Amino acid sequence: MAKVRGAIVVDTERCKGCNLCVVACPTNVIALHKEVNGKGYNYAYPLNHDACTGCVSCATVCPDAVITVYRLKPSK
Amino acid sequence: MSDSTILTPQDIIERGELVFKKTALLTDNIMSYCPGCGHGVAHRITMEVLEEMGIGDQTIGVAPVGCSVLAYEFMNIDMQQAAHGRAPAVATGIKRVYPDKYVFTYQGDGDLAAIGTAETIHACNRGENIVIIFINNGIYGMTGGQMAPTTLPGMKSSTSPFGRDVQMMGHPLKITEMIAQLPGVVYVTRQAVHKPALVNRAKKAIRKGFEIQKEKKGLAFIEIVSNCNSGWKMTPVNSNIWLEENMLPFFPLGDIKG
Amino acid sequence: MEEIKLMKGNEAIAEALIRAGADAYFGYPITPQSEILEYLMTEEPYKRTGMVVLQAESEIAAINMVYGAGACGKKVMTSSSSPGISLKQEGISYIAGSEIPCLIVNVVRGGPGLGTIQPSQSDYFQSVKGGGHGDYRLIVLAPASVQEMADFVQLSFDMAFKYRNPVLILSDGLIGQMMEKVILPPQQERLTDEEVEKRYGSWATVGKKAGRERNIITSLELKSERQEKHNHKLQAKYREIEKNEVRFEKINCENADYLLVAFGSSARICQKTIQLGKAKGINIGLIRPITLWPFPSEEINKAADKVKGILTVEMNAGQMVEDVRLAVNGKRKVEHFGRYGGMIPSPDEVLTALEQKLIGG
Repeated sequence: MAKVRGAIVVDTERCKGCNLCVVACPTNVIALHKEVNGKGYNYAYPLNHDACTGCVSCATVCPDAVITVYRLKPSK
Repeated sequence: MSDSTILTPQDIIERGELVFKKTALLTDNIMSYCPGCGHGVAHRITMEVLEEMGIGDQTIGVAPVGCSVLAYEFMNIDMQQAAHGRAPAVATGIKRVYPDKYVFTYQGDGDLAAIGTAETIHACNRGENIVIIFINNGIYGMTGGQMAPTTLPGMKSSTSPFGRDVQMMGHPLKITEMIAQLPGVVYVTRQAVHKPALVNRAKKAIRKGFEIQKEKKGLAFIEIVSNCNSGWKMTPVNSNIWLEENMLPFFPLGDIKG
Repeated sequence: MEEIKLMKGNEAIAEALIRAGADAYFGYPITPQSEILEYLMTEEPYKRTGMVVLQAESEIAAINMVYGAGACGKKVMTSSSSPGISLKQEGISYIAGSEIPCLIVNVVRGGPGLGTIQPSQSDYFQSVKGGGHGDYRLIVLAPASVQEMADFVQLSFDMAFKYRNPVLILSDGLIGQMMEKVILPPQQERLTDEEVEKRYGSWATVGKKAGRERNIITSLELKSERQEKHNHKLQAKYREIEKNEVRFEKINCENADYLLVAFGSSARICQKTIQLGKAKGINIGLIRPITLWPFPSEEINKAADKVKGILTVEMNAGQMVEDVRLAVNGKRKVEHFGRYGGMIPSPDEVLTALEQKLIGG
């Protein structure tokens, strides 16, 4: 059965690089970028975006509400 | 057509459905909390509950002194800032003149269980129809990490540099269990926000608290055991591990009453 | 037809509060003003006007309940006596900083510390110089009769809401406990949120309606540039109040040789002293400040030109005398006479003091 696909958008300028989403993601999608944002934080980004299932775990634990999540159900 | 290989995130975003975005009841101000602090999550789920219940325009929040004193910069509702320890009294004043509006306090452990102990206990004992959200991170965060009433035995802080000495300072105060004894308090629970499942459970608890207020049944008291990575001098991820291994055994999660 | 009753000062102020269309009262027992809370509990104004009455767990809790309700644009009062008013000082500073209208009543008793329960005026400095932290002022009214205890309630709320500033009625155990004839004001309707907003602006936390920014009531401002601006705004307000709200009473000042300056109960005693003086051919006048802040400095300065000396009579060790000296600015001798610890001076004691300090010297 084709699996549900997900995608996240991180507001990289507001992310504080706290790493909580990285450890919360069940499929290891997210990593902290080597680059830093305007505040000097290594921001989170969907490194392995194909593995994202849109389960919202990351956004749920994000203290700064910087992650938006989309989900695409497999077409019949 | 197998869609697993050729779909890009952009395809998913365009063709998929939006399943999570920041609630409109959070302002666009960047939160002043340290990276990884549980306050941010607690703020968000509280505002999400108000949004889902459609009561943002009838709710007045009270944030006293503590890290969350600036809550009114992030909560997009009418808010009052209260003196340290006095939020339950301020909230009583609001609720008594606005019995049909929603009132909640959002307090830290120093505020609620040290300087504000009397106001907390008496608002609860009167069964004020408000929600008290109590963030317990076992330390005074805003002022730089001093010992709080809920600092654990042996736990270091800037005013217990060699660890809390229970001979000198007594044991951590289980204020929530004390509050549960008061008849006016109909719902008492202890939650956490450092794991997705726990966040969802905490949100349900906050929702239950506001439903109780809606039905005018009495006071709902919601403790959230949370981290303070800067005060505890740990990374956010490690602070949540430390929390599970040290805070939760002393402050067990779950509904205590109602 | 006027409604006239024989009432204690404390009860008159409580009844006047209901009649002013107040929304809430938060109190706490302390002699000599517990009757205010007792009267309101017995009267059950909730049934008459919907007004809320609540006994708090402490004076600190009570003033913070006032903060909460006042910040919703409601007409709110608390009352206490000296030690209890000391406990409220932080709350009062917050209320002044957040520009919340409210009424605070201090039925003063002898201090310092637990002191006594008899009347005194030793909270003058605390009231007019700011008992809490930061640069702020309270409008301070000093009733000298049970009638004024009643009359000053509505007056206080009018000024509190006009300027969005806390108002303090500085009474004392004598006026609070004694019974006198009082003409009670007519009952006023409690204002709706919309009426408050129309009259006084949209600043209260009534719940953020769509189409407006959220209302925040706070005295916190971490950026000092903005906090200085906020202080400038407060200071401008205080100048405005000083310009518009000074109140005093002048008795027998026309061709007086000597001037008494006294407020509240002391002013009542001085009126007898004036008669005693007349009998001895000493022409004495009295200026009674009704607003202790804003203080009637101009009036006292002018009066000083026409007299040989000034005596303040205060049930304290000499507090208002400093403001009178400031007002007179060295033009005339200004002395003080007072009893303290709850002792009340007699009219002839005042006359003797005047003779010794002003005439004898």
